[in-house]
Amino acid sequence: MRKKMIAMLLAGGQGSRLYVLTKDLAKPAVPFGGKYRIIDFPLSNCVNSGIDTVGILTQYEPFELSEYIGNGQPWDLDRMGGGAFVLPPYQRNTGRDWYKGTANAIYQNLRFIERYDPEYVVILSGDHIYKMDYAAMLAEHEKKGAAVTVAALRVPLSEASRFGVIIADEEGYITEFEEKPKNPRSDLASMGIYIFSADKLKKYLTEDEADPESENDFGKNVLPKMLEAGEKMSVYAFEGYWKDVGTVDSLWEAHMDLLDGSDLNLYEKDWRIYSRNPVMPPHMVEEGAKIEDSMVTEGCTVGGEIEKSVLFAGVTVEKGAEVKESIIMPGAVVKSGAKVSRAIIGEKAVIEAEAKVGCSCENAKITLIGPEAVVAEKAEIEPGAIVGKEAAK
Amino acid sequence: MRDILGIIVCNMHDDLIPQLTSNRTLGSIPFGGRYRMIDFALSNMTNSGIYDVGLVPSKNYQSLMNHVGNGQEWDMSRKNGGLSILPPYAGERGVYRGRMEALYGIREYIKASEAKNVVLSDSDVVANIDLRPVIKQHEESGADITLLYKRSEVFREKKQCAALFFDECGKLLDLYLNPELEGIQNIYLDIAIIKKPLLDELIAECASKNEHSFVHSVLMQKKGVLNIRGYLFDGWCNKLTGLRNYLDASLALLQPEVRKSLFPAERPIYTRVRDEVSAKYGENAKVSETLVTDGCHIDGEVEKSVLFRSATIEKGAKVKGCVLMHNTFVGEGAELEWVITDKNVVIPAGTHLAGSEKYPLYIPKDTVL
Repeated sequence: MRKKMIAMLLAGGQGSRLYVLTKDLAKPAVPFGGKYRIIDFPLSNCVNSGIDTVGILTQYEPFELSEYIGNGQPWDLDRMGGGAFVLPPYQRNTGRDWYKGTANAIYQNLRFIERYDPEYVVILSGDHIYKMDYAAMLAEHEKKGAAVTVAALRVPLSEASRFGVIIADEEGYITEFEEKPKNPRSDLASMGIYIFSADKLKKYLTEDEADPESENDFGKNVLPKMLEAGEKMSVYAFEGYWKDVGTVDSLWEAHMDLLDGSDLNLYEKDWRIYSRNPVMPPHMVEEGAKIEDSMVTEGCTVGGEIEKSVLFAGVTVEKGAEVKESIIMPGAVVKSGAKVSRAIIGEKAVIEAEAKVGCSCENAKITLIGPEAVVAEKAEIEPGAIVGKEAAK
Repeated sequence: MRDILGIIVCNMHDDLIPQLTSNRTLGSIPFGGRYRMIDFALSNMTNSGIYDVGLVPSKNYQSLMNHVGNGQEWDMSRKNGGLSILPPYAGERGVYRGRMEALYGIREYIKASEAKNVVLSDSDVVANIDLRPVIKQHEESGADITLLYKRSEVFREKKQCAALFFDECGKLLDLYLNPELEGIQNIYLDIAIIKKPLLDELIAECASKNEHSFVHSVLMQKKGVLNIRGYLFDGWCNKLTGLRNYLDASLALLQPEVRKSLFPAERPIYTRVRDEVSAKYGENAKVSETLVTDGCHIDGEVEKSVLFRSATIEKGAKVKGCVLMHNTFVGEGAELEWVITDKNVVIPAGTHLAGSEKYPLYIPKDTVL
């Protein structure tokens, strides 16, 4: 049976604005929400939307991500005649290229799409935290008989200039695109999620590839070309939480949103987010510990005080340590007497005794301690500082 | 290690905790927040390189089968061998009376294996045991049977307790069941390694004599004939002996040295993954000396307890010395002390319940107070 829709997930992002967090790690593999990595969100959305074939396009630091995806089993993507596939750039008889842009990355994998011969292809990115039913979007795409449907979110007009802005008619057909306009005329921001009818995708990607002027980007090149050619392009207005976690501040904010729970709620049982599980015992709250308004997961040992924070798997916060408004990634250790405020602590970082990281004062800048970095005993790290593994030594 | 076959008999001790086994096998009793008893036996096999494992349940095994599935969580979903669930044929004998009878029912499975030795285990022991040195000793000593034991006092609950005595060469001299002995003894853990051809002979012999017990018909009767030896397990371990012991063992997990022995990073205890979200602590949460599992919502006070997946403790509730299983709900202002709740129990707001440390109060599955 011909597949209705497969997903192509762009997971090559370097995420340079996450600095040390993505030094050795692709952005979609950055830990999120206590038990997850960013890529778990689009992957789980796929599975919850009934998509059983996902091509994951990697390029930057693919090793950890490939290992994480494995055979796709945690997401129920170990399927016969489908499943999860990691697709790095590869050599072919015409030579080899890195993925040059979003459109080129898909173009280089057209043969993968053809193998499954789906009617539709949904293009996703591995940079965002959101829960979305792609099947509902597909239903609208089919109903409108569009060549492509672009998911969009209403944002405050003042912020629209950061996005690709969509201008649509009353029936929801796109009439114009503006890429990061200075004076936006619409509050509909593109989310970088596209459903293409497969034949149209193939046609326009092939044309785009042949155009030497093109930057091979969906938003900048392919979609405007399709509009020019008079294709039916529809907009799918998404309502719900959606956050680009590509900066230190936005990654921190998204975790605070998670603790607040009103916009981003992971506890809903009908739309679970799946992840590869680290196999650790339940977490231990020791005598004298104090945990308030926080999320804590397996393998943690908490002896100190935790307030408004998210602890990932296997984190240790010793007695007498204080963690406030912070994100402590897997395996990190905060030793006795250390104070961590408004900070992101990378995987396996160590904050030695009596050290002070960041400041709890309102509006203090977010401090970032990189994976495996060690903050020395009694050291003080100023708010807004970024400390990498090498720098700290 | 394809030359070792693991066999886990799941229902051997169901009658010890009738409360917890009314609708499950002993192997599927929830333990330690996210585990089931069988996880320890299975993980010990996996971590010792034993991937060919037969599970022998006798009754009430739906929850067990649901839990272990195809064995994939223990890396036992294999093309050749792997995990096999071997329910009894409901033949003339019906449900097995003892271990040897259970093994008789799966004799063909044992025969088909190419293993040289068989590890026999029950699912009533909570421990992280590396079986590799045991197997090594078994092979090097030339023993026919090697018995795992721990050093502890004879337990006086209704559980059968076998105390082992060895001669100066380490051979089994004698074995006493439920002896009136004081002080520290060698207590058999019901985990044994036995040569496979010998096991097959013994199964046939027991069947022909209508005998069914490994301890009585093999260990006691053959101790002079066979080379039976012991192996001392010196890590933390608990053999379930009843409801009070269940509470004691659960609360023992709150001690760091116990967790260290039970959950070393290099030999994880595997279990079925449930994809719960992290535990969430509210503004009013006050938690101390407690093991908390993912999916919990805590806004009340909890002390010296074990909380399983998705337990909810509402604001103003107080929980002390309790084991609250999956999806237990404790309403606002409720107070619980020395209580064990089974799955899906609802304690409404304001309810006060108390057992005692030596006699915990048990509330059955799905009870809405």
